[in-house]
Amino acid sequence: MAETRVVGIDLGTTNSLVAYMEGDKPVVIPGVDGSNLVPSVVALDPIPANGNRPTVTVGNSARRALIETPERVIYSVKRLMGRGLEEVKSELELFPFRLAEDIEPGEVPRIQLGELRFTPPEISAYVLRQLKRNAERFFGAPVTQAVITVPAYFNDAQRQATKDAGRMAGLEVLRLVNEPTAAALAYGLDRGKEGTIAVYDLGGGTFDISILKLRDGIFEVQSTNGDTHLGGDDIDNLLVAIALDEIRSEHGVDLRAHPGAVQALRKVAIDAKVQLSAEPAARFDFELPNGDRYQREIPRSVFEQLIEPVLNRTVNPCKQAMADAGIVPEDIDEVVLVGGSTRIPAVRRLVDDLFHLAARGKKPHIELNPDEVVALGAAVQAGILAGASKTTEELLLLDVTPLSLGIEALGGVVAKIIQRNSTIPASATEHFTTGVDGQTNVAIHVLQGERELASDCRSLARFDLKGIPPMSAGLPRIEVKFLIDADGILRVSAREQRSGKAAQIEVKPTYGLTDEQVESMILDSFDHAEEDFARRLLIEARNEAESILSKVEQARANPAWDQLRGEEQASIEAASHRLMQMKEGDNTAAIRDATLALDRATQRLAELMMDAAVTEAIRGKTMASAAEELDEDVTAPHPMAPAEFK
Amino acid sequence: MTNALDSAIPVACWSCHVAQNDVTLFCPHCSKIQPAAAGDFFQVFGLRRAFRIDPEELEREFHRLSRKLHPDRFARASEREREWSLADTALLNDAYRTLKDPLYRTEYLLKLEGAEIGEQHAGKNRQDPSRVPPDLLEEVFDLNLQLEEMREAKAAGEADPVLQANLKEAKTKFEGLVEAVDEELRRQWKVWDEGNAQAREPAKTAMVRLIDRRRYLSNLVRDVTETLGA
Repeated sequence: MAETRVVGIDLGTTNSLVAYMEGDKPVVIPGVDGSNLVPSVVALDPIPANGNRPTVTVGNSARRALIETPERVIYSVKRLMGRGLEEVKSELELFPFRLAEDIEPGEVPRIQLGELRFTPPEISAYVLRQLKRNAERFFGAPVTQAVITVPAYFNDAQRQATKDAGRMAGLEVLRLVNEPTAAALAYGLDRGKEGTIAVYDLGGGTFDISILKLRDGIFEVQSTNGDTHLGGDDIDNLLVAIALDEIRSEHGVDLRAHPGAVQALRKVAIDAKVQLSAEPAARFDFELPNGDRYQREIPRSVFEQLIEPVLNRTVNPCKQAMADAGIVPEDIDEVVLVGGSTRIPAVRRLVDDLFHLAARGKKPHIELNPDEVVALGAAVQAGILAGASKTTEELLLLDVTPLSLGIEALGGVVAKIIQRNSTIPASATEHFTTGVDGQTNVAIHVLQGERELASDCRSLARFDLKGIPPMSAGLPRIEVKFLIDADGILRVSAREQRSGKAAQIEVKPTYGLTDEQVESMILDSFDHAEEDFARRLLIEARNEAESILSKVEQARANPAWDQLRGEEQASIEAASHRLMQMKEGDNTAAIRDATLALDRATQRLAELMMDAAVTEAIRGKTMASAAEELDEDVTAPHPMAPAEFK
Repeated sequence: MTNALDSAIPVACWSCHVAQNDVTLFCPHCSKIQPAAAGDFFQVFGLRRAFRIDPEELEREFHRLSRKLHPDRFARASEREREWSLADTALLNDAYRTLKDPLYRTEYLLKLEGAEIGEQHAGKNRQDPSRVPPDLLEEVFDLNLQLEEMREAKAAGEADPVLQANLKEAKTKFEGLVEAVDEELRRQWKVWDEGNAQAREPAKTAMVRLIDRRRYLSNLVRDVTETLGA
């Protein structure tokens, strides 16, 4: 098998990207259309005439459907990830999507898309699968492992939802990495710098600030803060709302009743926003359904006044992050800007003020494309995990948990057990007991957040400790270990100490999918299954071919090669040559046949090499160590790739 | 001094079953990671129990161990090794977080040495007169009155520059008292670190009292800061 690659994915609110390490440099993988950005937009095609399940499209083609069939398109789904019904409802007030009806309380909300309904992780899974396909096309090999980035301020449920989406897309998520940390990694790689850096990340839907200390290749996050509800979307919404109001008062048309027109208007608003980063003014020119035109000029000064309240919401998180890190602006050596919204000049001025940059003769870093830097960093982290390159070998990320973890105590008060900004993995051990004689269950409510009252924090899960041996009240001593793993996700284990019995834990996540639900949502079970499978087979066949060819190449240097008869060598040469030709084509069956032929031709070579390895291994060694080495070495020079075709 | 994570070797390595007396984090025979042995936070860093720690050295050791233990180094290892790496790293991080902070470290070591330290949130019950350090009773009483007045003034949207100035002055004074406590704590650290069992006992008692006083004072300072800033 060719070595499996780990890709880095930036699953963004507006756009998503996939990148990998090309040698010691992270590179973004373009899609078929040559574009690095895949819009995080998912559209459901019309139901085909044969009544089959409709096809799902992702990216630019889905974006085009936004105006024609807005009821079949969803975007910015990242805002809904890991959120409960009430939160999704308030979020949807700003978006044209509809919630599926009859959702039970505690169920993960589903969005109605045409005649089907999807959970937010499923929608994200479609975006991820598109990125996976882009990477597979690029490598000509399957991609099954990935690092995915999340906003640093994502909570447990949002992280879990992102991991679920990866699994549905057929990706093993080796690590969730915080977006600002990834950006720092992408920058740090280029410069090998030391010092304190702040990453200001204002994306499409989320805002993060992280403060890191760089030293000897170790990226140690000191503190992080943010707002998972703040980004370029909010600016677009402001512009759209103003235009809608003006259209209603000036033209007497209420566009809110026309979702397609609102989408078209949103596009005009986004174009104006982008233009305003470069020009002193932008023009709105929009044709109404009745043929009238809504025309308006927006000077930059008006735009800046309008968005000031949005931008100011980034100030407190930055101040809190500095306070938590125990530093003042002067301690920050560099500031890195991430996210498309940091192109706005007013954002740059705000950052300059916040960190006293100009006063110290400094400028924020914008050398790397702010749309791509997170994906590039994800690729670097993928390289670190794969342990594949010299460049990444010396690097290590030490990240923190953005929110404190607590448990609900008497009176609805939260007792914090792991403080925010603790380096992860982090753990805490707590002891619980019973309040009633013979009690065999103890319920624990776990929360995330900074507030004093449980009702003000986010409920993560309720744990039911079961199977406690019946004893007098207060006698059992149940030790519960809370551990936040390297992805920022909570794990819990428990033990009753007097009996030594491991207590059973039943976890009821407050918002989230069960394992079985995730399993049932794995994408490739429908939609393109046929086509994907054929393609997968072709890719696998090519990999097998590569593998056996490279092993035959290595075997030529083995003494066993010289023990072969002339015609045996010639038949191996011929079979190799044929396989090399076949694997360039698309005929899976022909590649398999040629692989099997080469496999057969090398049978005796394999035996000779095996004999030699055994003799070599046994000579002067104990049986145990020989067996151990055989395990390694006998298979290694064996030219027979595991060519199992079904 | 050996260190708990480096010396986390069971009687025999789980992987190659070679028994090993030498202390190392990875089995010297087959280089596999080993599960963490039980130990206190000082042992994690191979330190003897002491109140004074060189922060630079602690950080270097933290980085060295992180490089070896972090789950990123085991992303593709066996399930068992990944679990050990996670548990070992969580222990390392918990230990580092506690030891690098002088106050956490002091409280932690005092507890290890059998001292009883008041609850973390005890300071919240400031109003409870029994918790007020006796020498501060009068001042605390005055301060609380002023804080209450200030909150009322703020709620009513009034500015009271005299009160503001008084509170600022009080804040500076109490901050000074915190510093005095820290000074005294550092002196007791030295006494304990360098002393024999006989010298250590009174130092321990003194530190428990100082920690309590410090917590009380810093809660006061926090309240004043919040009231002034809000």
